[in-house]
Amino acid sequence: MEYKDFENALARLESIVGELEEGELALEKALKLFEEGIKISRFCSTKLDEAERKVEILLKDKKGELTEKAFQPEGEPSA
Amino acid sequence: MQQQEFKMFEERKILSVSQIVNDVKVQLETQFQDIWVRGEISNFKTPSSGHSYFTLKDSDAQVRAVCFRMQRRLLKFRPQDGMDVIVHGSLSVYPPRGEFQLVVEFMEPVGPGALQLAFDQLKSRLKSEGLFEEVHKKSLPLLPSKIGIVTSSTGAAIQDILRVLSRRNDRLNILIFPTKVQGTGSAQQVARGIHYFNTREDIDVIIVTRGGGSLEDLWAFNEEEVARAIFDSDLPVISAVGHQVDFTIADFVADLRAPTPSAAAEIVSGTREDLCNRVEGLHQRSVQAIQLCLKDKREKLRKLASSRAFVDAESKLRFFLQRLDELQARLIQTIPSLIRGTRQKFTQQEQSLGQQIHFYLKNKKHALTTLSTQLQAFSPLAVLERGYAIVTGKDREIVRDPDHVEKGDTIGIRVERGEFRAKKI
Repeated sequence: MEYKDFENALARLESIVGELEEGELALEKALKLFEEGIKISRFCSTKLDEAERKVEILLKDKKGELTEKAFQPEGEPSA
Repeated sequence: MQQQEFKMFEERKILSVSQIVNDVKVQLETQFQDIWVRGEISNFKTPSSGHSYFTLKDSDAQVRAVCFRMQRRLLKFRPQDGMDVIVHGSLSVYPPRGEFQLVVEFMEPVGPGALQLAFDQLKSRLKSEGLFEEVHKKSLPLLPSKIGIVTSSTGAAIQDILRVLSRRNDRLNILIFPTKVQGTGSAQQVARGIHYFNTREDIDVIIVTRGGGSLEDLWAFNEEEVARAIFDSDLPVISAVGHQVDFTIADFVADLRAPTPSAAAEIVSGTREDLCNRVEGLHQRSVQAIQLCLKDKREKLRKLASSRAFVDAESKLRFFLQRLDELQARLIQTIPSLIRGTRQKFTQQEQSLGQQIHFYLKNKKHALTTLSTQLQAFSPLAVLERGYAIVTGKDREIVRDPDHVEKGDTIGIRVERGEFRAKKI
């Protein structure tokens, strides 16, 4: 199962936990849901960890097109 | 004919209408340059030319006024009938109609400032159009990975935002669309930035921001162009303009208003922290739930196992086991006597067998004696005893026919006490 969308994954995880907490499930179904839940929570954690901070600024190049350049937080325009 | 009559007044200086109007025009325009006039607007009209025409009046008089398109566009507010204004401009005459009019260069409302009025007007107009309504507010993405920021690259706002993000050690990607944030053209640039981010695929949320300043400084964010750009944005927009107390039109249209640039940074980065906790919480809850579920099933199993049916079955089983043990013990006890009995029987049989063999042998011996005696009677030796002889030929064969022996052949003759040889004559 692939969740490309974090929002959907989280919603699914919430519904799984809700169902598990109802406690009315057959054992096999409960285990299956649990397995899925663990997978999704791992997926979500990965998503939360994966990005790395990058700060860029759009500058016009010679052709007048916008290009991305690393941004100096001191406010000095980058070369 | 008329000319004749007028000759009476030789000194008269006759002017044409154009001349008089032009004279007045020169007089008026020279004398009434750079004047300030206060009055009430009435009959305000802006035809398609874009120039505005109206009458400025007070209780006793009125004057025609015109505000050409270029000047009107510089006005922050929209003039309306009944508005008490102070105008700056000059008088001018419009020769085709021989009327003089006030050419307005600048206008400001009496009472609240022009900016405040413009703000109130735009706010009520956009509100009536529904731009501020809750239904249009987009929710922020739970987990933004790239944020587009429309602001000055040298302003305090971007530095505040980056400082907060650094402190929180967040992993957000930032893309800055640098703009002027005050002065001529700033509103257009801000609007362009918002449009630009909407053309990209990788931006999750836009922050429109600048640091604190006067109402004039913040004005770009009260312009209709910015408001429309925010409203038209498909990406959610967070506005963070000025300080806590400053409210701009952008704030009303934006999907979320952050009181300050730092607060905007907190909002976008805060969600990640919350989500980490939420995912962790859900993870733990699912582990607890499955443990509880297993415990519950185990308990149910235990209860079932200890139910009457199983207890009965078990006691029955135990009874049988006991019975089996008992039988086994008894069986074992019977073995020695069984062996003893068997052995006894065996000994008896053995004895009787011995006797039988003995008897059998005795019989056989007896029979043998009898037989050997009988045999004795048939022995050839017994015949020889009685005086008979046995003649044997060449090949030790018994000769029964004299013709079987040739003349001169040696024959063997056996008698009781020995054998000798003879020749046939």
